[in-house]
Formats: sequence, structure tokens, C-alpha cells
Amino acid sequence: MSASGATMTAGRTEGVTSLQRFTRRRSTIAFLMTLPLIAVIGGLVVYPAGYAMYLSTLNRRMTEFIGLEQFAILLDTDTFWMVIAQSCIFAVSAVLLKALIGFWLAHMLHDIPAKGQRKWRGMLLVPWVIPPALSTLGWWWMFDPSYSSINYLLNVFAVPSVPWLGEPWWARTSVIIVNVWYGAPFFMIMYLAALKSVPEQLYEAAAIDGATGFQRLRYVTLPMMRNIISITVLFSLIVTFANYDIVRVLTNGGPRDLTHVFATYAFQVGILSGNVPRGAAVSLFMFPLLAIFAFFVLRGVTRRNKEES
Amino acid sequence: MSTTGATRDLPDIYHKAGSLSSERRWALWTAYISLIFAAIIFLAPPVYMFVTSLKTSAEVANLQGNPWLVRNPTLENYTAILSNPTFLVFFWNSAKITVMVVLITMVISTLAAFALARMRFWGSQALATGVFLTYLIPETLLFIPLYQIVGGLGLLNSSWGLVVVYPTLTVPFCTWIMIGYFASIPKELDEAALIDGASWSQMLLKIFIPVAMPGIIAATIFAFTVSWAAFVYPTAFVTTPDEMPLTIGVVSQLVRADTFAWGQIMAGALLAALPPVIVYAFLMDYYIAGLTAGATKG
Repeated sequence: MSASGATMTAGRTEGVTSLQRFTRRRSTIAFLMTLPLIAVIGGLVVYPAGYAMYLSTLNRRMTEFIGLEQFAILLDTDTFWMVIAQSCIFAVSAVLLKALIGFWLAHMLHDIPAKGQRKWRGMLLVPWVIPPALSTLGWWWMFDPSYSSINYLLNVFAVPSVPWLGEPWWARTSVIIVNVWYGAPFFMIMYLAALKSVPEQLYEAAAIDGATGFQRLRYVTLPMMRNIISITVLFSLIVTFANYDIVRVLTNGGPRDLTHVFATYAFQVGILSGNVPRGAAVSLFMFPLLAIFAFFVLRGVTRRNKEES
Repeated sequence: MSTTGATRDLPDIYHKAGSLSSERRWALWTAYISLIFAAIIFLAPPVYMFVTSLKTSAEVANLQGNPWLVRNPTLENYTAILSNPTFLVFFWNSAKITVMVVLITMVISTLAAFALARMRFWGSQALATGVFLTYLIPETLLFIPLYQIVGGLGLLNSSWGLVVVYPTLTVPFCTWIMIGYFASIPKELDEAALIDGASWSQMLLKIFIPVAMPGIIAATIFAFTVSWAAFVYPTAFVTTPDEMPLTIGVVSQLVRADTFAWGQIMAGALLAALPPVIVYAFLMDYYIAGLTAGATKG
């Protein structure tokens, strides 16, 4: 990004007119080169976003303009409030757990001798590599009420069986467990990359000053990683908040619609029940929150680029 | 990696201070115990899927004994799933869609990233920011209007409809990391090329693409895994089994109402997950470079 302002010094030697011609030609070429990208962003992101707003103001049959009626109806139903609550519970607790587990594992990986790291890293990233829809199928089978292999292990340690997907709070927990399992490796990899970029001299200086392990973490590691931690957390909040695969495969919103998040509920309302405008309205409810998160991610990334250059 | 390891493995310097080396030993123990524990939990689901896929239906339904062990391993689930024409159609659809999407994505994002990284033009800065913002838009935000748009094009229930919409998932991120890789190429290289009279296309093909090859591989892997694993769009846009890609095909068609043939489902899911896992196993470093590039490059 920073290099987009590259001035071609070669053109400067050829005199003013040829330089002008050169830049004129260059910007035309550049525009043509970015045209497909602009078409994709315009046609498949910007236009649908505007279209979603338009759709959400129509009535069910999409024949009449009814303003913000769809939003009002949604805010009147208890189910939708439960969807809002569940989305927030799901996203916040899953991201928190992923960040903590990822941070811990990144440190542990960083602590072992360098030649073994590759092997461990390769193993621990596997949950992130398998398409989530398919690995969730495996989890579903592990949570199966009568054949649950997790309950089998729990029973071995004399812990009573757990109704994983049958009871609302356990179902919510299960969805979070699967999401944490899937996402923690991503945090681990990001934090590991950040840890490796902390200059070793800082730790040496801290060791000479007699810093304890906790002080090293608090005053060296965390400040150096602050930016990447916030970018990763915010990015993961966006993705987790808008998650679809795991809930769809694991519980499909049940029991009694208590595990629906925005995406699955929008799907249920908009596509399965055929109420396209209301489905669009449900999706759009995600937008303000996502926009705030996105703003902070972008700020973090720009800041990071400035630090580096 | 090697430098950090080398400097941290310097117990010699601190050797006389015995507390430090014992602290180090403790750190190693905690590290290995946590890693082993994490590896067991992280690998348990795929391992259990594999174990189940080796069981006969009778053994799956048998509640006696440890479900994590196989008594009579059999490959019949795999032969059954591989001779199931619907499953092969899913596989073919996934392959077709993924190859098309990867090609489209790489052409669009390489061209755009080159222009955005090297040529300043009106709005280029805003466009680069816009690319990153679109990357942050989750697919679940726009699948309903896209459903209407794809329906309007008459492409619902067609894998071509998916080829049209998947670039929204892949293009922004690929462009973003390619901008980062292209920007890191020293300007002296293109100055030299310009002095030698190279045209823009020659510069892109002969200098930028070869030099930024690691970035291109990372972006290709990303595009591949994302379009292979895409789930929301095919679930929304495709309901006829003949046009389904693997993810939704396995989830919706193999899982039939009451009679769950778990061994077969797990065999199907594992086979479906195989291509991304193989790519990962062989190109792990590029995969990880692509993963971390989003936040650290660009």
C-alpha cells in the first residue's frame, strides 16, 4: 500500500512531455488492470449491500415499500432478542477463549527448542485446515446422545453423561467448544508470528535488569504484541459473530431456536421460510457492530504499517 | 526461527546462576505438557472420524465397549462412498468450481495488486483500503441479496452461480496480500527494467510474478482452501444434489433423516477434507505465510 506512490525516476529523465504522456498512459493501464477488481467489489459487494437495504424495506411478497417495518417486527419478537443475545454470548466467549488458548499455546511453542516447533505447529494447526462444515460433522457424531464418545470418556472418569445438544445451555456450550477448537490454532499461529518478531535483545535487557517471567510478559511481550493481538481479536470477532457453518451443522438453531445466531436465523427466515426482506433485515442487524470492529481493525493495520515503514 | 532458538538456548551464559536453568527446565516441562494436551484435544475429532470410518454399521451401533477403538477394521465404507455416483458428482463439482475460482481470483488479484502497488492513479489509495474492508465483510452479511441477484441471473441451482459469487470470498484477501508482496519488491528492479525498455506487461510477467512467487503461492492456497470449504453460498444457492459441491453435499445428502450410516458419513467427510489437508501438508510454510500475511503485510 505504501508503495503505491512510487514515482518512476526513469520517466523523469525523458523530459516533461514524454513524462506526461507516460503518466497518462500509466494511469490508464492501471485503471484497466484494476477494472476486474472494481467489477467484483462493485457488483458483488457494494451493489448487494445497497440491494440488501432496499430489500429490507419491502413487505414479504416484495411488492410494497413498508419502510422500517421489518426491523420493527423483528425487534418485537422474543426469538430475535434471543438471537441477539446468543450471538453476543457466542462471539464474545468463543473469541475470549480462542485468544487465551492461542496465546498460551503460542508461548509454549515459542518455549521449546526451535527444531521441534515446526512439527508441533503443523499438528496443532490441523483443526483450522479441515473445512469447518466437515469437522463439525465429526463433532456432531461425538456429541450424539446415544453414542457420544465424549460421554464415554467422561464416564470412564466417573463424570455423569452430558446432554450435549439436547439441553439449551449445553447446546450453547457445545457450539462454543467447536468454534474454539476450530479457531484457537489461528490465534496460536498469529501470536507465534508476533512473538518471533519481538527482538531478543529486549528479553536479554529485561533478564539483566532482573525481571521475573511475569514482568517480562507484562512489560516486554504484551506491549510488543499489542497491535497484533487487537487486530486478531477484532478480526475473529467479526468472523465468529457472523459464523454460520458450525451452528448450522451442529444444532441447526435448536433446541427451541436457542442456539440461532444472526447468520443461521437470517438463513432460516430469508431462505427456508422464503421471507427474503426479513432475512435481509436480520443480516443487516449485524452491520453496525461489524462496521465498528472493522474500523478498529483497519486502524490497527494502518498503524502497524506506519510502524514498520 | 533459528536465531530465536539459538539465543534462547544459551544456558551456558547463565549456567552459574542455577535458578535460571531450573526455571528453564520447568518452562520446558510445562511447554511439552501443554502441547501434548492441546494436540490430543485438537486431533481427537479427526482421529475419531477416522476410527468411525473404519467401523461397520453393526459395530457403530454397538454400545458395548470403547467407541474410540475399532475391533474389525474394514474399508467397506470407503469403497461404498467411492462407488456412490452422487459423491463423485460432488467431488467433481467441487474440483470444477475450485479450479475456476482459483484461476479467476489469481488473474484479477495479481493484475489489481500490481497496479495498486506500483502505479499511483486517482483513487488508488481508497481502492486499496476498500479491498481490505471488503475482506472484512463476512459472507453471511450479503448472502440474501446475492441469492436474489443470482436468482435474477437464472443461476440458482447451478455450480456456475457459485463460480460467479465465490470471488467475493477470495479476491479481496488475495489482492491485499499480493499488494503487500509486490510492495516489498525493491523499486530498483522496476527502474532497471524500465531503463531497459520493458513494457508494463513484461515487468509484471518477468519480474513481479517470479520475484513474488511465494506470495502468489500463498494467495493461491488461500483461494483454494476458501473455495473448497465454502459453505454458506452453496447451502443457500444450490438445492439439487447434481450441482452441489462437497461440503454441502456431504452435510445434506449423506446425512439422511433417521438411518445414519455414520461410518460412511465420516468416510465421506474425511475424503472431502483431504485436498486442503494434503495441500497444507506439502505447502505448510506458504500456507502459514498466507495466514499471517493479512495482518502483518500490506
